Amino acid sequence: MAIISLHQVSKRYPGGFEALKGVSFAVEAGEMLFLTGHSGAGKTTLLKLIAAIERANGGTVLVNGQNVSSMRAAAIPYLRRNLGLVFQGQKLLYDRSVFDNVMLPLVVTGQPYREAARRARAALDKVGLLNRERANPVTLSGGEQQRLCVARAVVNRPAILLADEPTASLDAAYADEIMEMFSAFNQVGVTILVATHDQQLIGKYRKRVLALDHGKLQ
Amino acid sequence: MRAWFQHHRLSLAQTAARLGRSPFATLLNVVAIGVALALPFGVYCLLANLESLSHKITFEPQLTVFLARETSKADVTALEGRLRGARGVRAVRFISREAALADLGRSGGLSEVITSLPQNPLPDAFVVTLAASDPVTADRLEVEFKSFPKVAHVQADSAWVKRLDALLRLGRTGVLLLSGLLGIALVAVTFNTIRLQILTQRDEIELCRLIGATHAYIRRPFFYLGSLLGFLGGLAALGIVVAGLVFLNRDLVGIAQLYGSDLRLALPSPQEMGVVLAAAAALGWLGAHLSVSRHLHETYR
Repeated sequence: MAIISLHQVSKRYPGGFEALKGVSFAVEAGEMLFLTGHSGAGKTTLLKLIAAIERANGGTVLVNGQNVSSMRAAAIPYLRRNLGLVFQGQKLLYDRSVFDNVMLPLVVTGQPYREAARRARAALDKVGLLNRERANPVTLSGGEQQRLCVARAVVNRPAILLADEPTASLDAAYADEIMEMFSAFNQVGVTILVATHDQQLIGKYRKRVLALDHGKLQ
Repeated sequence: MRAWFQHHRLSLAQTAARLGRSPFATLLNVVAIGVALALPFGVYCLLANLESLSHKITFEPQLTVFLARETSKADVTALEGRLRGARGVRAVRFISREAALADLGRSGGLSEVITSLPQNPLPDAFVVTLAASDPVTADRLEVEFKSFPKVAHVQADSAWVKRLDALLRLGRTGVLLLSGLLGIALVAVTFNTIRLQILTQRDEIELCRLIGATHAYIRRPFFYLGSLLGFLGGLAALGIVVAGLVFLNRDLVGIAQLYGSDLRLALPSPQEMGVVLAAAAALGWLGAHLSVSRHLHETYR
């Protein structure tokens, strides 16, 4: 059963730029796939539509059977709790520790503190940052910061992980590390959609690839 | 439910910590709100004191009718009959000029002056007590009595009390207006403070929305911030007003002693203080509400 399915989705930004034109595809639960294409092809827009950060102008975007493009604003937070997002431009909070950054999704969803702390430490352990939990994210390297973002994205045990250029600005060793982590999450059942233009990385994994070209799927 | 309480506790703690991190800015905000509230509340306290003073004076609707010199006994008796006969009069008491002089000598400490007078300067008088205290009857009777023969002058004894009452009413309206205006100022101050706070926390708000925070979750800390600012401003206002009253009392005690009376300003009651604090917190909350709603609406559809 498809966990994400798009049907004839189009997105036009104010000013007339058409980011997506009639895009249709489906992602099975537990699948891992790549979304590729040149810069400006619509990769980020597509991920934003799935996470209800943007709304489609036409077509339907179904996530877990819910039509995201016509969802009430009040329901959107609950949709997002099922999604792990690794954003471009990171968005770590530098006024608090590594540990508190990972705690945030659990605090937002109102988990009891003790249980939340346990899960936050487990997530930090998975990305190899447990010994840095008291540090400020500013003191972390680029690769460590990206790993921290991954820990924050998975701490809520989301069914779906959306990653937008997670390995951009990382050197090859760090990029491999991140992809290995995604692969490991996928093996425990998380559906993973990775947008990247790094063909070398895509080549390493035998996964389905969706290629976008000027807003259309090839 | 537990999560909800947990977040409320957390919000409050974070808000307090946030205020504590910029103590100078917080202090200035609190003082601004405190001064704005102290003004109407201080005037209110002074008026309340004046009012209780005016209520201590027994309000008896009386007219004093002074007679012309050289009024004969017969004229006095005739006049007394007419006064008693007038509509709305309850009692009439005659005070002869001799009795009035003796009374003056006893009460005012003026006996020496009085004995040195070549003749009694006081006229005969009637003290007329009215049946009702409505000003219309008093005015009507005053005019009526003036037209009687041998009447030199009619004085409404309660006029100044009425005037004071009218002034106090005016004062109360003034306090209401002032409270309204400065209440708006308080809302404006918190509106701006919260707006700045939202701007500095823009990244955090954006992130929280992306990881599934509800609107209520995002607004809550700002509501606390607004209410807390208002509450602290209310405390500051109480401090200013109480300090002001205590200060005034120190001078007033000196003056009152000179007049041999025990005049001092009463401090506001706990209930009044509670109302001020609650109103300040509520206005702070309102400012925060307007600010947060406006910002979130502008940023996200």
